[in-house]
Amino acid sequence: MASKKRPDPRALPGDPVLRRALFHSMLLQRRFEEKVGEAYALGKIGGFCHLYIGQEAVSTGVLSMLRPDDYVITTYRDHGQALARGMTPRGIMAELFGRIDGCSRGKGGSMHLFDRNLNFLGGHGIVGGHVPVAAGVGFAIKYRGGDQVIVCFMGESVVNTGAFHEALNMAALWKLPCLFVIENNKYGMGTAVERAAAIKDLDRRADAYQGMHGEHVDGQDVFAVREATERALEICRKESRPALLEIRTYRFMGHSMSDAVSGTYRTKAELDEQLKRDPVWMMKARMLEAGDLSEADVQEMEREIKTICQDAWDFADASPEPPAEALYEDVLVDTVS
Amino acid sequence: MAIITYREALNQALREEMGRDDRVFLMGEEVGVYNGAYKVSKGLLDEFGEMRVVDTPITELGFAGVGVGAAMVGLRPVIEFMTWNFALLAIDQVVNAAAKMLYMSGGQYPMPMVFRGPNGAALQLSAQHSQAFESWLAHIPGLKVVTPGTPYDAKGLLKAAIRDDNPVIVLEGEMLYNTKGEVPETEYLVPIGKADLKREGGDCSIITNGKMVLVAMNAADQLAKDGIRVDVVDLRTVRPMDVEAIVTSVRKTNRAVVLEEGWEIAGIGAQVVDYIQRECFDHLDAPVLRVHQEDVPMPYAKGLEKRAKPDLQKTIAAVRKVMYLD
Repeated sequence: MASKKRPDPRALPGDPVLRRALFHSMLLQRRFEEKVGEAYALGKIGGFCHLYIGQEAVSTGVLSMLRPDDYVITTYRDHGQALARGMTPRGIMAELFGRIDGCSRGKGGSMHLFDRNLNFLGGHGIVGGHVPVAAGVGFAIKYRGGDQVIVCFMGESVVNTGAFHEALNMAALWKLPCLFVIENNKYGMGTAVERAAAIKDLDRRADAYQGMHGEHVDGQDVFAVREATERALEICRKESRPALLEIRTYRFMGHSMSDAVSGTYRTKAELDEQLKRDPVWMMKARMLEAGDLSEADVQEMEREIKTICQDAWDFADASPEPPAEALYEDVLVDTVS
Repeated sequence: MAIITYREALNQALREEMGRDDRVFLMGEEVGVYNGAYKVSKGLLDEFGEMRVVDTPITELGFAGVGVGAAMVGLRPVIEFMTWNFALLAIDQVVNAAAKMLYMSGGQYPMPMVFRGPNGAALQLSAQHSQAFESWLAHIPGLKVVTPGTPYDAKGLLKAAIRDDNPVIVLEGEMLYNTKGEVPETEYLVPIGKADLKREGGDCSIITNGKMVLVAMNAADQLAKDGIRVDVVDLRTVRPMDVEAIVTSVRKTNRAVVLEEGWEIAGIGAQVVDYIQRECFDHLDAPVLRVHQEDVPMPYAKGLEKRAKPDLQKTIAAVRKVMYLD
């Protein structure tokens, strides 16, 4: 089932405070990621680094619907979701810089952001591998009789892996409270989705599993994402059943930092067309039109966010490298039980 | 002490630990209604119910991942592989997830879980069903790997594995399930990381683990008839390895044979020999020899299979050779 109805911009859902928070969340991700790109170019950040620019309405839309005791697990393109879940820009930036104050103590880097206090179960680097892990979290919720939900983000290329099918089958079979979110940004690295998946509407993968709700939605519209998430969460939480959302978005940057933004596997014309539907600026336009914000308010928010991002950079830069003894820590824990 | 089978010993360990801690559950193919492909989980479904003894579809990658997720949020899964040959489908969850979660999260997510099942060759199961994976798994930091060779060790090590807050690999032996041995009726644990001197000799050390412990004990009996007395060092755990036990024995005997079920290249024996050359260089009276599977996939034909496997005769020959008797 697709959500066909676009909200009237003059009657935006939610209240102005909520809408402002949603916009703030998206704008923070955008500016933070731009800062990350800058730091990468200067060699402050190493290794693989996958930016989230263009997909902000997905993380903000989905995660704004969760409870604090719900769980989140995601892929290596995890900066946006970490911010939207409430992880600090300082902790994330310090992790990217490989410093001791990073959210994973400098052991994980860009692809492996974790925060136990926020039930943020990590960014994971093997395509598809974390989907069964999400089913396991759903199993544990059910085992304990809780009413939390686990949200599992994945790129669209995951739907072709065996791990995805194995996990969805078990989640449906055992009625686990798992919300599987496909972020369809159209490309698995350089391979277009239609060159990889023998199905057009990816949410129809849900049809293969009895009782699984499936839906696709415009991922550049944060309100549409929230509505679809609300419907899916209701099923997961109230009925303890899994659901599958395909959220259609677009990655404005390359796959990772070494990847040209356009020219190889997608044209500049295509990118330019997609940029017209930038989720952050679409949101801004709608809020200006609805009278939620003035240009001056946006400028003020930009200034505040600029300060936050610069503070994160300064904090990361000042944080020490992990000490030599950290090398051998966290391989095993001492058993207490 | 009661005399019970290796299978019963494992069953007791599961029953006791599930009774002790309701966070512990067993998951795998045929563990419930069927009572276990090798009957290790016999009776557990009736006792603990289907939430704690969970039959899965044939989906190793999937249910190993379910175990990882459950462990991340505080349960203590015991994931049974019908054999470790099938676990290759799940190796991403074992190596990339379970073994690394604690490290890459900077210490936030311990993984208190067990992956267990039969390892190594049985009889005439041919290439895809006859492989010993100790060295593969022992290679990975973040895992512990135990290989019980007797009912006593099977029970004590499985109980210790379930109580451990780290991912522990328990490699059982299909050919061991029916073997019998003494097991105390009172509760005990076998510490992970501690070898056991199963036989004390003095002329030569046989260092071994898992199913090969029985072969080494037979070899020790045979050699004793010729007046040759050997130490049998059962490593029991191959990661972390009890280097002190190896070194103590070899410094005493000055000769060593390393016996393992798997292949030669990068095998467990290669690691043992490395410890010996570093720690016992001045104590050796002969080069250390290794006994292992021939460097071929396991054949089906009975005669060829016998030639491929490490066995009593090969072990005796190796001991005699390091003693310069042949």
